Amino acid sequence: MRRELASCLKTIAAADKQILFLTGDLGFNALEELRDSMKDRFINMGVAEQSMISVAAGLASKGFQVFCYSIAPFVTYRCLEQIRNDVCFHNLPVYVIGNGGGYGYGIMGSSHHALEDLSIVSGLPNMQCYIPAFEGDVRTCIREIIENRKPAYLRIGASHPNNFNQTANETFNTMHTSQHPLVTVVGTGSVMQPIYQAITDYQLNDRVDVFSIRKLPTNGFTPDFIESVRKTKKIVVAEEHISIGGIGQQLALDLISQGISVDNFISLHAKGYPEGRYGSQQFHLTQSGLDKDSIAKTIKSLL
Amino acid sequence: MNRINQIQRKIKLQLLDLHYRSNAGHIGSTLSCIDILISVLLFQKQNGDTFILSKGHAALGLYCCLKETGEISDEQFKTIYCDNTIFPAHPAPGSIKGIPFATGSLGHGFPLAAGVAKANKFNKDDSWVYVLLSDGDTNEGTTWETAHFAVKHMLNNLIVIIDKNKIQGFDYSHDVLSDTARHEVWSLIGFDVAEIPDGHDIRQINEAIKTFKESTSSRPKLLIANTIKGKGVSFMENTIDWHYWPMNQAQYNQARDEIKSQYNA
Repeated sequence: MRRELASCLKTIAAADKQILFLTGDLGFNALEELRDSMKDRFINMGVAEQSMISVAAGLASKGFQVFCYSIAPFVTYRCLEQIRNDVCFHNLPVYVIGNGGGYGYGIMGSSHHALEDLSIVSGLPNMQCYIPAFEGDVRTCIREIIENRKPAYLRIGASHPNNFNQTANETFNTMHTSQHPLVTVVGTGSVMQPIYQAITDYQLNDRVDVFSIRKLPTNGFTPDFIESVRKTKKIVVAEEHISIGGIGQQLALDLISQGISVDNFISLHAKGYPEGRYGSQQFHLTQSGLDKDSIAKTIKSLL
Repeated sequence: MNRINQIQRKIKLQLLDLHYRSNAGHIGSTLSCIDILISVLLFQKQNGDTFILSKGHAALGLYCCLKETGEISDEQFKTIYCDNTIFPAHPAPGSIKGIPFATGSLGHGFPLAAGVAKANKFNKDDSWVYVLLSDGDTNEGTTWETAHFAVKHMLNNLIVIIDKNKIQGFDYSHDVLSDTARHEVWSLIGFDVAEIPDGHDIRQINEAIKTFKESTSSRPKLLIANTIKGKGVSFMENTIDWHYWPMNQAQYNQARDEIKSQYNA
């Protein structure tokens, strides 16, 4: 998604001189064009994520809208207090972009994974977390972030085409519906791809409704979703994130708060490194039961 | 008594009173930097300039000075440290214009100030940005990240002041990480550095800042103000204890008497 990000920002920044882009010394083979086009408004802050965020807050306090880019764990865990105190407390337009959320950096190992980023960031005051699922969503997210002028975290990863043929521009998106659904499937970001493969490869299309969540906090449901849950009473939630503080937990809280009961609620989520082994993103997804086969198996267990 | 001494006397007595009635700690840290606050906020800062108190634990000193400038009203001043206030022990976000950022966790004020200074450069705004650091601030990694950023970006509109009282939260600086506020280090990084022997002499502070403002150098500015923690109150001076303790009535009375006696001439 870095290329979509760079291309979108290049256009926006050309028209709006109040847009600044800060990077923690990352962006090789993706952000060069953006750097060249933004000139002095593209700043390499060095490997200094904490001061990058605070400097961004200082810049934003004087009217700029500031993007801060790095690998997801570096730009969240390392500088959480800066995001909280300097950006969120002051409700400033600083937009944190974390690349490779989840297991996105695969064999690079645990230092480069971000399995708890949404958990720690999404609860901060004034913060909105954006989790695009498909390459086309990056542009929508960025436009919305800039329009809102509020603290934001954009979690990006590998680009996937949207095969669902439904747009995912809203917080809560209906991606697929069937005549007589038996299971309601909810996913976010990168796992929308294996969800699509699961229902296609295992011919589950006419058994499930599929929804994607693009933003945290979610602020409620859509009528489509409520209707689906009332019909199925069975929910499978999948996310490349730990269960604590992710979409599953938020969904469960919202459901209970609204008095919507279900018979089954299964959370498929990142399980860390259960056997102490490391590998590709796909390896970790499989270990966590987030690959297409595991997702299909879970859905089928509820049919 | 000259005008500067009159202001020092007035604000320090007010500060003691505020600490006493609030049962507040951090009086040693505040007395350490109150003369710097007076210099910057009452003599140096112009409309459009920015001041950030990175050592947010000296907020009561900041509040006293902002009362003097009229930015905190008498009514607001009465609410400090009380329930339902916008003026807690460390500066809160969104309180008044004169307090642009919430601080209290060390290591934040300097990079925030650098961001404002960089924004002013972008905007071709020639106002000044001041930030006041403690010894503890200079332990923080962000301080050193930002020092390099400020030099690289030639933030000569940024005046960093270190209230160097040589005492930190749980020990003397020398016994913690040794001297992280050394003139030579900052100079090597690329700052224009001035060091004054008496950070309680407002004339020395004013003169150093005036020299910075007249400089044509592209370097950011750093003033190391050697100070005394608990300055002016004999039993508080150079002690770690008075980073924390609130005063009892007898201590308050003695502190008031000692401050008064210093400005009686």
